[in-house]
Order: sequence, then structure tokens, then C-alpha cells
Amino acid sequence: MIPEIGHYALILALCVSVVLGTLPIYGAAVGNSMLMSVAKPAARGQFLLVLLAFCCLGYAFAVKDFSVLYVASTSNSQLPIQYRLAAIWGAHEGSLLLWVFILSIWMVAVSFLSTHLPEAMRARILGVMGLVSLGFLLFMLTVSNPFERLIPAAFDGRDLNPLLQDPGMVIHPPMLYMGYVGFSVAFAFAIAALLGGNLDATWARWSRPWTTVAWCFLTIGVAMGSGWAYYELGWGGWWFWDPVENASFMPWLAGTALIHSLAVTDKRGGFKAWSVLLAIMAFSLSLLGTFLVRSGVLTSVHAFATDPKRGLFILVFLAVVIGGSLILYAWRAPRVGLGGGFSLVSREGMLLTNNVLLVAALGAVLLGTLYPLFLDALDLGKISVGPPYFDTVFVPLMTPAIFLMGIGPLAQWKKATLPALALRLRWAFAVSAATALTLPWLIGQWTPLVSLGLMLAIWIVTTSVVGLRERLAHADGGSLMGRLAAVPRSYWGMLLAHCGVAVFIVGVTMVKGFEVEQDLRMNVGETSTVGGYTFRFDGVREVQGPNYTAARGTFHVSQDGREVTVMYPEKRRYTVQNQTMTEAAIAPGLMRDLYVSLGEPVDNGAWSVRLYHKPFIDWIWGGCLIMALGGVLAVSDRRYRLAWRRKEAEVPAATQMARQTIS
Amino acid sequence: MTPRQKRFGLIGLGLLALGVASMLVLNAFQSNLVFFFTPTQVANAEVPKGRGFRIGGMVEAGSLTREGDGLTVHFIVTDLAKRVPVTFKGILPDLFKEGKGVVAQGQLGPDGTFLASEVLAKHDENYMPPEAAAALAKAKAAGAQSSRTLVIPPQ
Repeated sequence: MIPEIGHYALILALCVSVVLGTLPIYGAAVGNSMLMSVAKPAARGQFLLVLLAFCCLGYAFAVKDFSVLYVASTSNSQLPIQYRLAAIWGAHEGSLLLWVFILSIWMVAVSFLSTHLPEAMRARILGVMGLVSLGFLLFMLTVSNPFERLIPAAFDGRDLNPLLQDPGMVIHPPMLYMGYVGFSVAFAFAIAALLGGNLDATWARWSRPWTTVAWCFLTIGVAMGSGWAYYELGWGGWWFWDPVENASFMPWLAGTALIHSLAVTDKRGGFKAWSVLLAIMAFSLSLLGTFLVRSGVLTSVHAFATDPKRGLFILVFLAVVIGGSLILYAWRAPRVGLGGGFSLVSREGMLLTNNVLLVAALGAVLLGTLYPLFLDALDLGKISVGPPYFDTVFVPLMTPAIFLMGIGPLAQWKKATLPALALRLRWAFAVSAATALTLPWLIGQWTPLVSLGLMLAIWIVTTSVVGLRERLAHADGGSLMGRLAAVPRSYWGMLLAHCGVAVFIVGVTMVKGFEVEQDLRMNVGETSTVGGYTFRFDGVREVQGPNYTAARGTFHVSQDGREVTVMYPEKRRYTVQNQTMTEAAIAPGLMRDLYVSLGEPVDNGAWSVRLYHKPFIDWIWGGCLIMALGGVLAVSDRRYRLAWRRKEAEVPAATQMARQTIS
Repeated sequence: MTPRQKRFGLIGLGLLALGVASMLVLNAFQSNLVFFFTPTQVANAEVPKGRGFRIGGMVEAGSLTREGDGLTVHFIVTDLAKRVPVTFKGILPDLFKEGKGVVAQGQLGPDGTFLASEVLAKHDENYMPPEAAAALAKAKAAGAQSSRTLVIPPQ
């Protein structure tokens, strides 16, 4: 009964989305305010219906209703409750429901936080989001219904893939989808502006906070995916340039370019058409990512669902959304007009270069991800593109981008002069260069890449310090505390996010440069030293989990004769699917992670094991977290709150004050 | 400089940067493409010499042996028509099993043994890597069914 209610709610939601996708947009076109006013209640109604459907599916999982096909195929009676609930998004159908659910959350958020928008704008935005949800609901109801019954009911479920039975997997997909779907708001703003023909600085100011929030979620989501791969897959890598990872990374690159380009549109009125194009791009890539991962077209560790008959719907949907919005763009964008001119050496110029580099990197990732698929589809042979490709492309493309990241925030808008910039940044440059030359020696070994990585990281931090100092010197407010308080939050947010990049670079550089990985056979009682730590293997014993049995190893780790920690890696056998899983043991630390995982039993209690020493690896995810915090700080800036509170969008005092900054 | 010259300068600079970037990307792309071959293709010597590639198929049942160091393993990858011996030093992924699909990346040694640098993990028990499945299907289509291996065909 309950699953039928959920199914019915989805059908009703589809009907509501048809209304939401047509009437308000039509109303905005003909200036009928009654039709436009349908948007708000329709968006909220759709949210309630999708929420109901989502709860019904959750209920089916909670009570182990194995007469629902999706429940039977992704959970099991022995599966603990938190993983049964996380199994809602454990496969294709439920992921789509999660997608639509999150989309309706964003729609409700827009409906409540858009009182300052003109009615036509709001109607168009919600209408466009309604059309997107229409596509997804139609997809679900026609070819991938999560409420489909299994008659006769299964005696027990097939269980959730053991890899997904992990706390990280409980939050990673919702976070990632909050980011993906969040770009639908930026997309809807862009389409609404194209439809209405009013693309101006206020448009950018309205869509900026939405875009930044979505970007923060996506940053966290991608970082969590990487962290999950690190501790769950059992071989200690943190990024594989796997197509699924690329699928989440491409929207991130587009979104990063977008928040920078929106800054120019907001502050200077430039880059309008480009911002719109980036918004379309970011959302299209989010759609592509969702489908690449969840339709099973990829040969990859994440593609659990495989059903080619859905392919056609997906292709048509992508073609309609991407093609439709690009046609609209081609038709309306020329009217937008150009912003003010600027010289090549100016903040705009540097942001433009940064955008070009980010998009070039995006194109390189897209090529490496899709080209093998195309060749395969055309039957021209099977190939794969290895991680070295992405590494060789990324370092030269990102190096100038990060170098500019230091200069850009200090350059004047419109026209800056290089000699003056060089003079202001001479100390930052000297410190970075000196560090790059000496620090690697002190840590152990000088290699060009380690030197480059450290230089870029220090460069970001030192230029941030220079920028902040200059800003404080020019700020009014008397005491140091007063002047610090006068610096707007969007500026702090930018500094923080940029420093997050620096932390991230330190992590990557140190891991790539100094990690020690050792695969070896260990007898009981044998010791081995990796990265200055001595690991003693004390044998393996059986332990019983809720839905698995495990061989748990014991490793005593000591440094200079002093015991540091005891680690318990496991080799689990999940009984339902008879699947083995390596559960690595990690001793995290600020300066290093120790990583132990079990391979296979060899003989007489000996095992093959992996012992890794990973310096600074947690900085990688720490850096991402700092970037996201920077974004949050920027969104909390006063100028957005003022824009929210007041009906009129122009707030002269705040804009004047913030005019000198981008965030 | 007139605005017109400046614009042309900018466009030229942009095109130059684009050209350099594309060259870089395509060059890296060319040198990092990894091609996939079936055991039959390996046996027919259709594979590149001195360059890495991937092979895929099934791990022949009963073919897995382990050396005394506990790390070096030998097994045979087959598409039910031809068999290729593989050597790998390292820890095998969780889903590596005899009679199941596998994809390995590495180079062909002088004695015809495939020296794998990486054995790819695919995370589903019933999942056959598409490359491996394709290799089996291709060999089957070629009418090479009558090979004398002890492998149970996949269901």
C-alpha cells in the first residue's frame, strides 16, 4: 500500500511540474500576473509530493518490504538500519528520486528566498526548474520506477553493495547532488534572464549566492568521494581520474569558472554572455555526470546499475536540455551586449585568463572521459586514457592559473600596470622562490614538481597576506580591530577559499613527492619499517559483524622504540553476496597518515599486506573543506543580506564598499 | 595602439594560447592512450611491441599459482580460444577470482608472458568487465569454441 502511495505521489508531482513548467513562463511572457503567481504554490506543492514519495521509499526500506523490486535488490534483512536508509540512493532508481527530491528542496528555497526578485523573474526561474523536474519525473515513471513491485515478493533482499556500506556513502551522494542540482538554480537564473532579456549586474548579484552555495556543496561532495575511495577501496589512492570522478569534477571546474565570471558581471557588468554560457555548461555537465554514473555506460568502479534501454531517454533528455538552452542562448545572447572595456593587464583580464584556463582543463577532462566511450560506441576499438594523461595536462594548465590567483585580487579593475604590481608583490615572490628552492631539501629531496607545488602554495598564502595588509592600510575604522571588521566578509571568503587551494596543493605535493608504499608478505611477529614507522604484524583472528565475517589483523606501530598506535585492518566477507572487501586501517594525523590493509592469506598465518606512509594526505581534504568554508563566508556577506531584506536590489552603500573586491 | 589593433592582438594571443594548450593536450592524449586487446589478438601477435596495453578475458580455473614471496602470482587469461599467461607482483583486488572476468594492464614480455603492472578491480560479484565480456563474445563469434580449456563459460 505505502509504495503505491509513493508511486501515486510521483504521478501527482509530474502533473504539478507540467503546470509549473508552463503557466508561469507563459504568464511572464504575456505579463499575466495571475498565471505567474501559480509558480510559488506549485513549487511548494511539488516539494511536498516528492517528499511524500521519498518518505514512502524510505519506509519501504525501513520495514524491509521486499515486495518492492528496488528494495529487494539493494538491501537485505541483516543490513543495519542506517545503511538500509542510505540504500535509497544506492542504485539508479533511488538516486533519481534523490535527485528530484533535492531539486524540489532547491525550488522551495528559491520560492522562499526570492521575495526581492521581480515577479516575472521568479516565475521564470521556478518554471525552468519545474521543466527540469518534469524531465526527471517522466524518466522515473516511464523507465526507472523505484516503486515497482516484485511479485511474488523476495524472501530476502540481495543486499547493498558492501562498498557502499560505509558512513561516508551515507552522506556523499546527498552532498554531491546538492551541488549538482544546485547548479540548476544558476541555470534557471540564466535561462530566465535570457527569456526576459534583462541580463544585468543585478541578475549576477541575485544568482551569485545561489551559485556559490551549490559550489560549496559540490566541493564537499567531490572531496568526500575522494576520501571514500581512499579509505574504502583499500589501495590508498585518493584520485584515480576514473570517469565517475571526472563526472563530478567537470561541473566543479565549470562552477569554479562561473563564480569568478559572475564576480565580474556583478562588479563591472562585463562577461555577461560568458557567465550565462558557463551557467548552462555547469548544469549540463551536472546532468551528464548524473547520467554517466547512474546509467551504467561507464566501465568503472561506481557504475553499479546497467540497463541500456534507458540510454535513449537519457540522450533525448540531454539533447533537449543542452540543445534547447544553447539555441535559446544563440538567439538571445547577442542582445545582451558587452560590458565595459578593459585592458589585458587588469583584474578582468586575469579573471578572463583564469576562466579560459579552467575551461581548457575542463575540455581536457571531457576529452579523456568521453573519447573512449565514443570509440566504443562506434565500434572502433576499446581504449582507456590513463591517469598520466590527466596529470601531464593538469600541471601546466593549472600552474599559470594559480600564479594569476595570487596577482588577480591585487590588480585594479579595468587597467593595472605590471611594474606597479611587481613592486607590490616583490616580497611575496621572493619568499615563495626562496621556499621553493630550500624547503624540499629540508624535507628530504629536491624534485622539480615538489618545488613547484610548494612554491605555488606559498605564493597563494604570501600574496593573500600582501593583499590583506594593503586593504587594512586603506580601510578606515581607526584601530586594527575596527579595520579588520571593516573588511567585508566576501573578501575574507575569497582569501579563505584561495588559502584552501594552497592547503590542497601542499597535500597533493607532499603525497606525490614523499609517500612510501610497500606491498609485502609478513609472517606473524615479523616487523617492517616504512617511513620511519615500524609495523609489527601480530596475526589475524576471526570476528563476526552484523552481516559479514571478517579476518582482523593486528599491527603494532612504533617509532624510535615508542609505541604509536595499534591498527586493525580487516578482510570482510559479506555473506549475502559472498563478496570480499578490504577494510583498511588508517591512523590519521596532521603531518601523515599510516595506512595498513590486508591482501590475502599466504600460509602458516602469514599474509600479504600493504603498508603505506602518506605525508600530509589529510591536507587534500582539509583544503577542500577550507575552500567550501570560504564560499560560505562569502555568501554571508552583508551585501547579499541587504539585497534579501530590501525590495529594491540596488544598495548603493554596500556596492560602493564592496566594489573594490571580488570574492 | 588603436582599439582595433589591441583587439586583434588579444585575439591573436588567445588563439596562440589555445593552440599551445591543444597541442599539449593532444600530445599527452596520444602518448597515454591504452589500447585493449583480446587473448586471441595477443596470440596472433597483433599487439604493439614495447608499449603498454590492456588484456581482458577470464581467469582460467585452477591456473592461479603463487610464488614463495607471497606477492608474485601467475595465472592464465583466456577468451576460451587462446590463453595468455600473466605474471603480476602485488596484491590482487578483492574481486579477482578464478573463473571470473579480469582486465590487466602491462606489457608483453619476450617469452610471451604478459607482465601486468596493474590488475583492475571491478566492484560487483556478478559483473564482467565489458572488455572481458567483449573478448569472450568476439572469440565465440569467430567460431573458436573448440578450445581445450577447462573453463566453465560464464552464465
